[in-house]
Amino acid sequence: MTSDTRPLSLNVPEPGCRPGSTPDFSGFEIPRAGAVPRPPVDVDPDAIRDMAFSIVRVLNKDGEAVGDWAGALSTEELHEGLRHMLLLRTFDARMLNAQRQGKTSFYMQHLGEEAVSCAFSRALEPGDMNFPTYRQAGLLIASGYPMVTMMNQIYSNAEDPLHGRQLPIMYSSKEHGFFTISGNLGTQFVQSVGWAMASAISGDTRIAAGWIGDGSTAENDFHAAMVFASTYTAPVVLNIVNNQWAISTFQGIARGGVGTFAARGHGFGIASVRVDGNDYLAVHAVAKWACERARRGHGPTLIEHVSYRAGGHSTSDDPSAYRSRREAAAWPLGDPVERLKKHLIAIGEWSEERHAQAEAEVLDTVRAAQKEAEAIGTLSAGKVPSPRDMFEGVYETMPPHLIRQRQEAGF
Amino acid sequence: MTMIEAIREAHDVAMAADERVVVFGEDVGFFGGVFRCTAGLQEKYGKSRCFDAPINESGIVGTAIGMAAYGLKPVIEIQFADYVYPAYDQIVSEAARLRHRSNADFTCPLVIRMPTGGGIFGGQTHSQSPEALFTHVSGLKVVMPSNPRDAKGLLLAAVADPDPVIFFEPKRLYNGPFDGHHDKPVESWKSHPLGEVPDGDEIVPLGKAAIRREGAEVTVLAYGTMVFVAEAAAEETGVDAEVIDLRSLMPLDLEAIVGSVQKTGRCVIVHEATRTCGFGAELMALVQEHCFYHLEAPVIRVTGWDTPYPHAQEWEYFPGPGRVGEALKKVMEE
Repeated sequence: MTSDTRPLSLNVPEPGCRPGSTPDFSGFEIPRAGAVPRPPVDVDPDAIRDMAFSIVRVLNKDGEAVGDWAGALSTEELHEGLRHMLLLRTFDARMLNAQRQGKTSFYMQHLGEEAVSCAFSRALEPGDMNFPTYRQAGLLIASGYPMVTMMNQIYSNAEDPLHGRQLPIMYSSKEHGFFTISGNLGTQFVQSVGWAMASAISGDTRIAAGWIGDGSTAENDFHAAMVFASTYTAPVVLNIVNNQWAISTFQGIARGGVGTFAARGHGFGIASVRVDGNDYLAVHAVAKWACERARRGHGPTLIEHVSYRAGGHSTSDDPSAYRSRREAAAWPLGDPVERLKKHLIAIGEWSEERHAQAEAEVLDTVRAAQKEAEAIGTLSAGKVPSPRDMFEGVYETMPPHLIRQRQEAGF
Repeated sequence: MTMIEAIREAHDVAMAADERVVVFGEDVGFFGGVFRCTAGLQEKYGKSRCFDAPINESGIVGTAIGMAAYGLKPVIEIQFADYVYPAYDQIVSEAARLRHRSNADFTCPLVIRMPTGGGIFGGQTHSQSPEALFTHVSGLKVVMPSNPRDAKGLLLAAVADPDPVIFFEPKRLYNGPFDGHHDKPVESWKSHPLGEVPDGDEIVPLGKAAIRREGAEVTVLAYGTMVFVAEAAAEETGVDAEVIDLRSLMPLDLEAIVGSVQKTGRCVIVHEATRTCGFGAELMALVQEHCFYHLEAPVIRVTGWDTPYPHAQEWEYFPGPGRVGEALKKVMEE
């Protein structure tokens, strides 16, 4: 050791703002809406490396849709998109409250992230398969999955399609292109690549969409998914939802020294794009581009949806313990519902009155579903699944040792 | 036919019968696997049905789960059982539970093959027997053949099974039976009756044990390489032992175990894996639960020691016929 060598120290990144301090997003670079051009779907990933450091945005601050990525959706589709987001937000609020009332054990909401799953859903075709995390229920709502069935699952009542075996919100619906959710983070990301490989092996035209959070990109499964997707040019869209927070851990802990999560794709030769996750039109346009790319055999796309988790991680979380209460309001990409509403008003297709009316109708819809679900039962009351159900379905045919255990348990 | 040839033939039969069967893993494609168990399959069935995978076990299993959920039937190879640990989360949290957690909305018909066991101077990273890590997990089936005939039939049964199967191949038995006398000349399967493998698609059902040697005085419960060690120990000690080859650990043929132990009144359990919480502990508990009043003597386990699998000390670790013979004599003394 030479005399000028000083002792080393460990670098532990810190977020810009903690409780009690003032949120400051001045270092967060936001390109103007319409600034990023839309490349052809067969573009060489190397030719669009800059897209991993910019953000595709369609809606500008005045609510106008601008640039190459605009114009993909009709007014009717935009109305429907707004309704999906309102449904999801209202559903979340009611279920969060139901958890507080003891009707279920656990809930996870989407507040601030509604556009990501609701808009992405519209880019898929029937038969495609999502491998979601726990914060993409918009995929179900936007694809017409019955809300009362979601509630039955959350309440673990007698009509829960999963027979009370799974944690609330860990839905499963093959019919609606929604793979059974795992609570072990990241595992589904590489499974989506396998599903897509199977489609290619089978000469099919269906594609898969994998989902992961910013924090879970640190998992080995993320790396495995990228290697396999790259090697086999799998027809898959790999989505990272960067909502800035992994429970109390800010995104810088998983991201490390790299500029963006999207840039992780460069080392794998995967087309990598960042999108404004709070811009319904931008998410849809980028999703459509990536899905077409996959379906036409041009390979995988990595999409980083830049958003913000405005609520707690789950009902077991209190974000005020680790981040400023004012941070959500200071988030520079705004609120996805407000932004789409503003756009529709700007093009003369919406009004405050119609919005209030839509909110009221959505509330009625959610309340009716809730009433129906609660008439069946909740975790604490009413009709519940049979204890026999826990022994069923471990294997297709129940082996002798499980039959003996079920008898021992008295069911 | 060797066990390698039998396993290759099982792949061939399954792939010819069902185009949903796909085979992949490290070195399994062009080269046909480091033990040659998939040789010729890529050439015969094409690169999209038999291919090389990156060295990433959790990726191999994770993609296979996605393929199984899609509707294919992946038969994948982990190059050595010692390398399976990176894939443990995918196997335990995912493959084993898809059916239950989704109420069969998604299922996972998947076979994960891996060479296991020692006796080849593989040291601690090419010799392990981690079967108990998988029998402990609800939702998995666990199989270990001891000969070419069973290897083919059990592998075909595993491929046909609607649930994930962990398929252990005792690598010391790949080219011939081995009774633990490592100083004797190597035997070949050619002259052994269990090396005669029927053509076609005949399966050996999962969950059925086989009695390899009938006897009246003591029951030996064994699987994999230890079946031949136990047979040798019985011959060499003259103890009239009944040797049961479990073949399938999950589901387990409890009826065969209980029937034999109630007949003999004595039981020795042999496995190559480490002792503490090994599969022998479960077997011993079951024998105690079901055969206590028939037992004439305490049940004895002969196993690998609770150490990493050593290199130079391989034959002091390996539960050979000497140690098994001592156990047979001891259990007869009571």
